[in-house]
This record gives sequence, structure tokens and C-alpha cells, in this order.
Amino acid sequence: MAAPVPGWRRMWGRFRRSTPAVIGLAIALVLLFVALFGRVIAPYPGDIAGSVATAVRFRPPSMVHWFGTNELGQDVFSLVLAGARVSLLSGLAVVVLGSLVGTLVGAIAGFIGGLVDEVLMRVTDLMLTLPSLILAMAVAAALGPGIGNMIIAISVSWWPGFARLVRGEVLARREAQFVEAARAVGAGPMRVLLAHILPNIMSAVMVKMSLDMGFAILTVASLGFVGIGVSPPTPEWGAQLAVSRGFLPDDWWTAIFPGLAIVLAVLACNLLGDGLRDMLDPRAQR
Amino acid sequence: MLRFTLRRLVLLVPVLLGLSLIVFGIARLLPGDPVTLAAGPQATRAEIASLSHELGMDRPLPEQYFTYLRGLVVGDWGQSILTRRPVWQDLRVYLPATLELVVAPMGLAIVIGIPAGLLAAVGRDRWPDHLTRSVSLGAISVPRFFLGLLFQLVFAMWLGWLPLGGRFPIIEDPPSFVTGFLVIDSLIARDGTALLLSLQHLALPAITMCLSPLATIMRMMRASTLEVLQQDYVKTARALGLKPGLILFKYVLKNALSSSLTVIGLYVGWLLGGTVLVETVFDWPGIGLYATKAILTQDFMPVMGVTLAIGVIFVLSNLVTDLLYGWINPMARVE
Repeated sequence: MAAPVPGWRRMWGRFRRSTPAVIGLAIALVLLFVALFGRVIAPYPGDIAGSVATAVRFRPPSMVHWFGTNELGQDVFSLVLAGARVSLLSGLAVVVLGSLVGTLVGAIAGFIGGLVDEVLMRVTDLMLTLPSLILAMAVAAALGPGIGNMIIAISVSWWPGFARLVRGEVLARREAQFVEAARAVGAGPMRVLLAHILPNIMSAVMVKMSLDMGFAILTVASLGFVGIGVSPPTPEWGAQLAVSRGFLPDDWWTAIFPGLAIVLAVLACNLLGDGLRDMLDPRAQR
Repeated sequence: MLRFTLRRLVLLVPVLLGLSLIVFGIARLLPGDPVTLAAGPQATRAEIASLSHELGMDRPLPEQYFTYLRGLVVGDWGQSILTRRPVWQDLRVYLPATLELVVAPMGLAIVIGIPAGLLAAVGRDRWPDHLTRSVSLGAISVPRFFLGLLFQLVFAMWLGWLPLGGRFPIIEDPPSFVTGFLVIDSLIARDGTALLLSLQHLALPAITMCLSPLATIMRMMRASTLEVLQQDYVKTARALGLKPGLILFKYVLKNALSSSLTVIGLYVGWLLGGTVLVETVFDWPGIGLYATKAILTQDFMPVMGVTLAIGVIFVLSNLVTDLLYGWINPMARVE
């Protein structure tokens, strides 16, 4: 056997071998930078704040306005940069919230078992049969506008997937030898669950989180597109696309660029997610 | 097989009950008072109370649930507070439109996806494989509503080949309502013009909807074909000198299909909940658009009706998949 390499370096080596994963990571890092500093690097920060310049409305893409201007004369490039924050951070928040709730439910169900397991899993299965987008739309509309409410609404239909995954993993680990060993030396149930079982299933949860991230961004944009969730003037890609639909085909640039931004973000997440899965879970080879 | 079928049917009852309970629970847990909204901003407290009484909203929750449940069974799915039309009647009109947007894309995805996945597996790591993988990645990364807009822009606005949206031209008479599926109703009425018009309207939304199941079916088919190709009986057939085409179609295809079948069944329900966006883009009068309008006006009964209808169809399509799977693979019948 070769000399042991530190775990993370070996994983990085595995990750680096996949070109799509590295491309995904690169795009994701750029997008993350834009999400954090987009408002600072935008060429027309005033437009993000909502300033209107009707004299320059519907200008096609040029050196002055890379992505052209919209119906209010605002710079589309600046708005797309600013939109990255809502889309990416809400997508991340949905996945984090969904995984927290799902892990809690799944861990309780798998660890306690019996009637508790039965009830929790039946509810989880039923939630999975409901149409997630319509459910999210209904909850978001009832909670009222706002980014926080939108995140909660999407998470309502997001946790069951994690609950199923975590329950399965907990069941598989519950009788494992290292868990038996921990019990044998007198560890209580909470300690067994928190210190021995959960850390061992975190990589599976992380893989699902990264694979779900693209879909979460897509869902956020979808809610914006149907007019539920983030309300203008908060810049959001889906909402921008919905407004500019009305200006097709003549002023196509107002719609194309926010749409491409969504595609790029989702693509990056999918590539990255696949790479992370191969890295953290080498057994799941393609 | 009969016992297997019966057991599955009996298991359906608690699932459907649970579904109705969950939908009812979510609707009641949400903030926002539908009665106040329906009564309008000028309503007095007495008017709100009388409307609330009329709608049965002042009863205790369990009683409300049982009233709701009894209604569901006899076809009374409540009524829209705003239009006062029964939800069941609306669903009867809008559901076929949405099912068209599920069945047509699913058909396209199966017809294209199964041969493409087979081809990708046979040509592993060569161009057919790379092509199908790129299409798959693209299909899951491009939002359906953006794809629909692009199709509209290119095929309807620039090229003018296909209509921009809607299900049927307003100025024409649609075929008389029999099933609610325009394509089928046109066939029943033997109306060639109506058939052509409805197919033209269906084309763009159907292609938009088909890409994501296409990607999944291709990937599943590729994976299961690769697995079957490794099996001993395929090796034996090869060793015996059978023609590759014969091996592929007679031995590989049939066995690889059964796992793709499961995905197809699961996908039907998923597609059904995902038509909302495509319906919005193409102004397609289905349950998605119906639900969106109801959600925006906080009209609860239609939203509950749509959610429940999709849930029930999802459960039923899983049942059919289960039964088909048990029929193909006898081992699945044993529990």
C-alpha cells in the first residue's frame, strides 16, 4: 500500500481529475463572488437601487451597456449581477433548511424506530406525493411577500427527500460494529446518535445538498417567474425574466441575459454536485 | 397476481386518506383568512360571520375535515370562493389540458429516450454517449420556463411556424367536449382541421416539457443497458456467435426496459406538478394556471383541489407502475 495521504488531499485529487467538476467549481466561485460583491462591481449601482432613465430605455447591448437596457432604462448587466445574491443565497438557504429539518426527522425516525418511525415516514411519503412547486407557491402566497417567507415556503417541500435519505443511512449504521462498540463502553443513546452515527452520514447529506442546490436555485427562479416570492424592485432573475417576457421579440436582450444567468448558475451547481459526489462517495462511480 | 393486485388496492385507502388529511391540514395551518378575503374589504363583521357560517368555516376543525372528506368521495370538492363555481367542474375542464401536457411529452421522451439510451450504452465513451450526456445535462440545467420562452422567440415570433400560445385559436370552434382532450375530441368528431390546430398548439409546450423526462429516461436506459450487457447470458449469446443486433433487441432491450419503467411511472406525477411554469409561458389553460390564479387570490378550495388531484394521480400512477412491474417481474410480487 502507498503511504497514507491526508484525506482531503486524496479527495481533492479525485475531484481534480474530473474536468466538468473543476469547470463547475470555477463558475460557482465566480458566481459566489458576484453574489457577495455584485452590487459593488456593478457598472450602474444606481439602477439596482431603482433609479429610472427612460431616455435610454430598450438600448441594445453595446460597450456602454453590455447587456443593453430594460424598459426603465436600467442597465441589464447591473441587474443580473445584483440578482445573483437573491438566487444563490436563497437556493443555499433552502438546501440548508431542508437538510436540517430532514436530518432531524430522518434521524429520529431511524434511531427510535417503531411507531415513531412509522408515523414520521408515512407523513414524509405523503409529502413526497404532493406537487412541490404548487405547494411552495401556495405557502409563499399565504405567508406574504419577502425572501425569508419564500425560503420557508420552498423548504416545506424540500425536507422529505433528506428525511428519507438520513433514515436509511441511520438504519444502516445503527447496528454497525463501531456503534455497538460505543454502546458497549456505556455511551447513551443521544451520544451514540450525535457523536457516532450522524458524523458518519454527513457525507451522504452533503452530496445530496450539493446535488439539490441547482434545483433549489431553479425553484427560487420559478417562484419569481410566476410572480410569487420576491417582489420588485428586489433584483431576482426569475422575476426579471417574467417582466421582460412582454418585450419579446424586439427587446430580446432584456429576457435572454437573466435567463442565461439562471442556466449558468444551475449548470455550475450540477457539475459541482456530480464532482463532489464522486469525491465524497467513491463507491458511487458512474 | 390477483392477491398482489388486491393487496395494493387495499393499501391505497390509508394513503388517500392521509393525502386528504395533509392537504386539509396545510390549508388550515396557513395564515390568511379565506372568508375575510372572499367577503371583500368593505364587509362588516356580521357579513363575514354569516359567510363563514354559510361555508361551514365556523365549525370545529375535525368536523370541517369530515365534511370535506365526505364531499371528496361524492364529487363535491368545494367551490371557488371568488367565482362560486364548483372546483370539481373546473378540474373536469382544466385537468385534461394539463394531462395533454404530461402524456404527449412522456410519449416523445419514451420514443426518443429509449433508443437513444440504448445507443449511448452501446457506443459508450464515443460520440453517441457524449451527445446524450450533454443533452441530459442541458435538460436539467435549463429552466423549463426559459426554454419555453426561447422556443416561443424562435419558432413563433421569428420563424412564425407555430402559434405563440393557447390551446386552440379563439376564433375557431373547438371540437365538442367529450373527453376534454382536444386531440382525442378532434378525432372523435373526425375534424381534420381541429386536429391539426390542436397539434400545432401542443407542439412547443410538449417539446419544452419533454426534455427533462427525456434526459432521465436516456440516463436510466444507458445505465441499465450497460448493466445488462455485463450479464452472463449476454456473454453466452455473444460466445454462441449470435448477431449483435439480435442480442441487443431480443435479450438486452427487454431486460433493460423494466427498470426504466419504474422511472417512467414515477415521472408522471412529477411532470404533472411541473406543468405550472410551462402553462404560464404558453398561456395553456390547465390546472397549473388555474392553481396559480387561485393562489394569487388566496382562493383555497381550488388550490386544495389541484394539490389533491395531482397527489391522487401521482399515487395512482405509482400503483399502475407497481402492478406492471409485478406483472413483468414475478419476484417483485413477494413481500
